Amino acid sequence: MTGSGPLRDGFHAARWLEPLITELGTPGERGVIPPAAEPAIREAVGEVLESIPPRLRRARPPELPELSQPQVLRHYLRLSQETLGAAVNIDIGLGTCTMKYNPVVNDVVGGDPRVTRVHPNQPPETIQGLLRILHALESQLCEISGMDAFSLQPAGGAAAIFTNASIMRAHHKRNGEGGRRDEIITTVFSHPADAAGPATAGFKVITLYPGGNGYPDFEALKAAISDRTAGLILTNPEDTGIFNPRVRDYTEAVHAAGGVCAIDQANANGTLGITRARELGFDLCHFNLHKTFSTPHNSEGPALGAVGVREEFARYLPVPVITRSADSGYRLDYDRPHSIGKVKGFLGNVGTAVRAYAWIMAHGAEGLRTVAETAVLNNNYLARKLDEIRGISVPYGDAAGYRLQEVRYSWEQLHEETGVGTNDVKNRMLDYGVNSYFTSHEPWLVAEPFTPEAAESYSKEDLDEYAAIIARVVEEAYTDPQQVRSGPRRSSISGMDDGPLVDPARVVTTWRAWKKRHST
Amino acid sequence: MTAVEGIRMPMPGGRVHPYIPNSAPGVRREMLDYLGLGDVSELYGAIPAELRLDRALRLPEAILPEHDLKAHVLGLLEDVVSTEDVASFLGGGCWRHFVPAICDEINNRREFVTAYAGEAYSDHGKHQAWFEWQSLMGELLEADFVSLPTYDWMAATSSALLMAARLTGRSEVVVPRNLNPEKLSHMSNYCRAGLGAIHTVPFDPSTGEMDLDQLREQLSESTAAVYFENPTFLGTIEGRAPEIVEAAHEVGALCLVGVDPISLGVLAPPAAYGADLVVGEVQPLGAHLQAGGATCGFIAGDDDPRFAAEYPTLLETITTTEREGSWGFGWATFERTSFTKRGLSDDFTGTTSGLWAITAAVYLALLGPQGIREVGETIMQKSHYTMACLEELPGVGVGPTAAPFKEFVVDFTGTGRTVAGINGALLESGILGGQDLSADFPELGQSALYCVTEVTPLEHIDRLIGTLAEVVP
Repeated sequence: MTGSGPLRDGFHAARWLEPLITELGTPGERGVIPPAAEPAIREAVGEVLESIPPRLRRARPPELPELSQPQVLRHYLRLSQETLGAAVNIDIGLGTCTMKYNPVVNDVVGGDPRVTRVHPNQPPETIQGLLRILHALESQLCEISGMDAFSLQPAGGAAAIFTNASIMRAHHKRNGEGGRRDEIITTVFSHPADAAGPATAGFKVITLYPGGNGYPDFEALKAAISDRTAGLILTNPEDTGIFNPRVRDYTEAVHAAGGVCAIDQANANGTLGITRARELGFDLCHFNLHKTFSTPHNSEGPALGAVGVREEFARYLPVPVITRSADSGYRLDYDRPHSIGKVKGFLGNVGTAVRAYAWIMAHGAEGLRTVAETAVLNNNYLARKLDEIRGISVPYGDAAGYRLQEVRYSWEQLHEETGVGTNDVKNRMLDYGVNSYFTSHEPWLVAEPFTPEAAESYSKEDLDEYAAIIARVVEEAYTDPQQVRSGPRRSSISGMDDGPLVDPARVVTTWRAWKKRHST
Repeated sequence: MTAVEGIRMPMPGGRVHPYIPNSAPGVRREMLDYLGLGDVSELYGAIPAELRLDRALRLPEAILPEHDLKAHVLGLLEDVVSTEDVASFLGGGCWRHFVPAICDEINNRREFVTAYAGEAYSDHGKHQAWFEWQSLMGELLEADFVSLPTYDWMAATSSALLMAARLTGRSEVVVPRNLNPEKLSHMSNYCRAGLGAIHTVPFDPSTGEMDLDQLREQLSESTAAVYFENPTFLGTIEGRAPEIVEAAHEVGALCLVGVDPISLGVLAPPAAYGADLVVGEVQPLGAHLQAGGATCGFIAGDDDPRFAAEYPTLLETITTTEREGSWGFGWATFERTSFTKRGLSDDFTGTTSGLWAITAAVYLALLGPQGIREVGETIMQKSHYTMACLEELPGVGVGPTAAPFKEFVVDFTGTGRTVAGINGALLESGILGGQDLSADFPELGQSALYCVTEVTPLEHIDRLIGTLAEVVP
């Protein structure tokens, strides 16, 4: 029964009221003693600091805090406790982020010194094992997407999209059409980076809006295509969880006009082993390894946006490309004249790649399909549970069929009936021990949006608890809306002044600036 | 185990996957019953049959036992040589430095490792740690405004150049010839649409400093920014930094400076000689080499709203709460970023390097003003010592400066041997020689970029010198 089930009524987040580190400590205290030069060296070189041109010497020490070691450890442990990581909560709320379990063993192997203590410019013969793993991961991603070559260099999803836009630019330039083909088509329910990446690469961006089924009408796409079309970059399923069944018509139409097609596979968790970029007609794609392939999100990175391409586009991939030959093993090929160059230093986030490899190896083909099917099952189970709750609706309704990995819901009715909006609900949920949820990227086409994503890592009990929390908050909204609107009361802080978050004049990014602005 | 009727078994032989709670057949059936479905495949009705993969993926057999999985991956890594096993003199943008144990401890805290886009209330600790990182960097840089991380130094540089173009309404930039070629490559691609031209200025071969006459010739009223690094990619402390800044300002351009922040205990922060924006790489502050995967860039400058509006990164702001003395922190002004601008963006941000920023905050809090100065001094003592020893070797030249920070160029041209050949011989003695510069800087002959830091023991330096004495004729 909706509304019943486990609820953590006595929950309270850690609240340490921890001062800023810059305000802690006592002059003269030390946190750690760094290594010193050996006496023989010190004697031989004398006063090295005098070799610095006087104008280039630091005139006064930086005003860093002076703290003992236990103080520093305690402070940051307390801050970690005031962080609701995915490992410590039912992190269904952050839809589009695919907050799934990050296996600890993957951090063990990724934390091995033969990953963490390796220099990226070591001779390839000294890092064969690492290159073997990166090469194997590339091959696996090729199979999973149907592409022919992969680069693990882009360090995040947005960087991968920019990389694909750069590849499109290089491709059209090579074909002598660089000047003319200056438009990229995307959709409004794709990630903002699907527009921002090509815009940064110099393209004009045409954004398609959904029709009645939740995805753009094919006619709208056809109207957007011209001889200026450089390509198409979109997600499928989109952030609504709706799969566009006519996607191959899209890619064929763009191809017929001479464009290139890229798919942002940030939302691939529900389609692993079910559909592939190749079968959908795409030339380029990317996976967020920190989403679909379970590598930790690491408080906003390090992450990895792996870029995959069909053979025809492999020449444009960032350098170096890992090659393999029978006699010389794995090598790094920098001699690629058509490459777009570097999009990230060195070989990219190697440790992230090692973790993703371990995750794929823990699943195999059947396991990946189980991931996808369970994610879709969980999402639809939760959707049915939420469907029983007052005030919530699902835009585009049944027209789009079952959603895949997530659903974009609307609290429009709740808002109309109670005055409680989506931001109120998401904040109040914190009082029950789960993360505040993701609403929507802008623009908010869906009113009062709410986008949870129940990845495969959540049990039925987790889903029941999540639905029960929402039901409780809705009940509160109808009976005591002010309670919901007043923000979380049991989180690490409460009653925050949002002004500086939205008013550019009030943004203060350092403590020294705060002190200057508030000195009398 | 046999399959439960009506649902395709999730794993071969009906195995339940330990990462997937609802792969157990009973609960799966229960959930499907709730949905009124016979099989999970019915949920995929939106995907037309012709778009589905009609076969299983061709992937290696799954390794489910954790012990075996770990053994498999570690087995693949068996032949990897780590810098723990050898004497390494590699730098060039990724450097081996002392990492306090507490940096690793906090860096591995699962709350931080598994956090992501949680906002101010849910992830208060993460947001506070980020604000502290910005604040500690602000002290080190003497800058009042500091961004949240970029992917790395090169991303920060490219974004800062685009900022300069927007701020000045100009489109050309001037950068030094002695720039990491990878950074120039990044810049050329990243800024292709936003910049009209990237000009390079040669350096004085006898000092490694920028050629000021050539700089002035390159400058014009089209120049949006001059960018240089201190220390330079080749290790020189740019002694005429104030003159470069002045020259840029004379033509109405901005001056952007790239720094290695671990040098700032002993070197002046660029703000002190007039830089308008400062960028750099945070990896030296508490992160291991990570095969190049621990990079974290930043952009910093004055607390000037005109500049603040042009930062493409996320920004962390401090704010007050209802409780006196209790602070709140949160992401500021999203409408400034590509998340809101979408197709009207001229730069972008996304998931970058947040964990390394938190780690660097821990590092700076541990080192304090005294520690950061000591590290800088030790690095210089060791690099100067190594340089002096190398200079004694016949046919070996060192430079271009006599007084570098932690990196310097070793010229083997006079030995008649190639860097590749010498590095091969060094490797046989357990030494990773410096980065070969001969392809990217042919004007330097057979030269290599050597890096010496506070964690380079005297024994490694002795081994290098001893081995080179045997290798060079």
